[in-house]
Amino acid sequence: MRIPQRVRELPLHLMLLPGLLFVLVFSYGPMVGIAMAFQKFSVTKGLFGSDWIGMDNFRYVFSLPNTAGVIRNTILIAVMKMVAGLIAPIAMSLLLNEVRLRSFKRIVQTVVYLPHFLSWVILSGILLDVLSPTSGLLNDALASVGIPRVNFLGNERWFPFVLVGTDVWKEFGFGTIVYLAALTGINPALYEAAVMDGASRWQQTLRITLPGILPVVVLMSTLSLGNILNAGFDQVFNLYGPVVYSTGDILDTYVYRLGLVDFQFGVATAVGLFKSAVSLLLIASSYGLAYRFANYRIF
Amino acid sequence: MVVSRTGSGRIASFLIYAALALIAIVCLLPLLNVLAVSLSGSQYATAGEVKLWPIGFTLSPYRFVIEKPEFLRSMGISLERVALGGLLNLALTVLTAYPLAKERGQFRYRSVYVWVFVFTMLFSGGLIPSYILIKELHMLDSIWALILPGALPVFNVILLLNFFRSLPKELSEAAHMDGAGHWKILWKLYVPLSAPALATISLFTIVGHWNAWFDGLIYMNSPQHYPLSSYLQTVIVNRDLNSLNLSQDMQVLRDLSDRTVKAAQIFLGALPILAVYPFLQRFFMTGIVMGSVKE
Repeated sequence: MRIPQRVRELPLHLMLLPGLLFVLVFSYGPMVGIAMAFQKFSVTKGLFGSDWIGMDNFRYVFSLPNTAGVIRNTILIAVMKMVAGLIAPIAMSLLLNEVRLRSFKRIVQTVVYLPHFLSWVILSGILLDVLSPTSGLLNDALASVGIPRVNFLGNERWFPFVLVGTDVWKEFGFGTIVYLAALTGINPALYEAAVMDGASRWQQTLRITLPGILPVVVLMSTLSLGNILNAGFDQVFNLYGPVVYSTGDILDTYVYRLGLVDFQFGVATAVGLFKSAVSLLLIASSYGLAYRFANYRIF
Repeated sequence: MVVSRTGSGRIASFLIYAALALIAIVCLLPLLNVLAVSLSGSQYATAGEVKLWPIGFTLSPYRFVIEKPEFLRSMGISLERVALGGLLNLALTVLTAYPLAKERGQFRYRSVYVWVFVFTMLFSGGLIPSYILIKELHMLDSIWALILPGALPVFNVILLLNFFRSLPKELSEAAHMDGAGHWKILWKLYVPLSAPALATISLFTIVGHWNAWFDGLIYMNSPQHYPLSSYLQTVIVNRDLNSLNLSQDMQVLRDLSDRTVKAAQIFLGALPILAVYPFLQRFFMTGIVMGSVKE
């Protein structure tokens, strides 16, 4: 007896139903709320009663003196993180690849992966202590060799670099996973042949290892393009303060303060929409590129 | 890779080992420093004398923290969140991944559904609309505000569906022949076969729920509903809050300082992560996560 496909597919629809409902309410629901960006939104009137004001919120926010700086900070911090976040894991995996002592390799990996799993609340708590200008470990060490103390988190010139450095600290170890996986795919016969030809270790790295992982490097850098407006809310929010707003304030923290501190819901939604829309465009193009050049698909 | 046995090769090896050891130590130093501070007497910590080893060893900061009712209450909320949120995440991930792992021939609407789910990873309504939604649903101050919005972790669905797809198709075909339906195949075949993948996903969800702090901060109006991470955010990072009420308490307990108490809280907050870390590591080292991500 032949059961029609419609009937056979029914359980599959049923399985998807709960997840679909959650996604519709909690992910697509807020997308409806984006309408606020075009309203003079008031909580009492609600989404359906507030007055429509077209692009006024956008015009207003782009006329604010801080907005251009915030966008500049966001891009600058994000790009620096993207570059550092690409180079550090690659260098680290090349180093790890040279290690033959398995136990040593394992210990190093265990240590450097750990910060990835701790939240920015915990890590910021640690950094506030360690980077403190008066009693922090780093400044004590600097002072002991005669370098003047630096207020890393309270100095607008230093702050973006502290963000990049601490982000590398959190993620560079875990970032090696992809490259280490790619390294296992390199044919060992290539190295044997190279040794026969008298290639040094450095030459082997340069001529075999690096080209071997190049496709993954290209893929990872392409995919990271989608993050140009993601400077890392969790990290910045837990480390910044009004003294470093000029170089450390980013779009996400700006939205937070406009919306949930100043209660300018419409304006904050407009900034958020600007960020999401540009990000969507970037992600779509980076995935498009990755698909075309690396034949990469996530599902 | 083949090692050359020349003298310069040995020096290079030594330098590589030394560099890696140094990197690992530098990575760990901040954590060791704060751990040492948390175990030190207040006068040494405040004077900045503590480096990597506790001076004037004491456990009183820890005793003080775990006896604070706010700390215990928020720890309880976090445990509840991890349990409820973790179970819901896991159930929905399994239910969603199974149909989406089917080929288009078996499930014609697969790609429509996939796009509906994946689009939520690419675009979101943003902070303010999400906040207004939770408010309008009257979920502020309820633990469900921390659980339901992220009930379906789409990224985990993708990991699991890739894993399901790597299972031999003959298995489910044979089960179909024997008259098993989709529910039975999922429950009796796919779930047991993907135990390692499910374990990995559960661990990642647990870590995610434990670490999440921002939703608690914005969706809970009163601090008594904060999960631990949100509570820690306000006492450790948000420098101007709560420290007042701490200094009042400290007049009673003189061997405590703001610095040692903060350090103790940092460590207690990280402790559950450190406890599951060996398991986490075992799973992602063996490859499910990387395999699926890199595919």
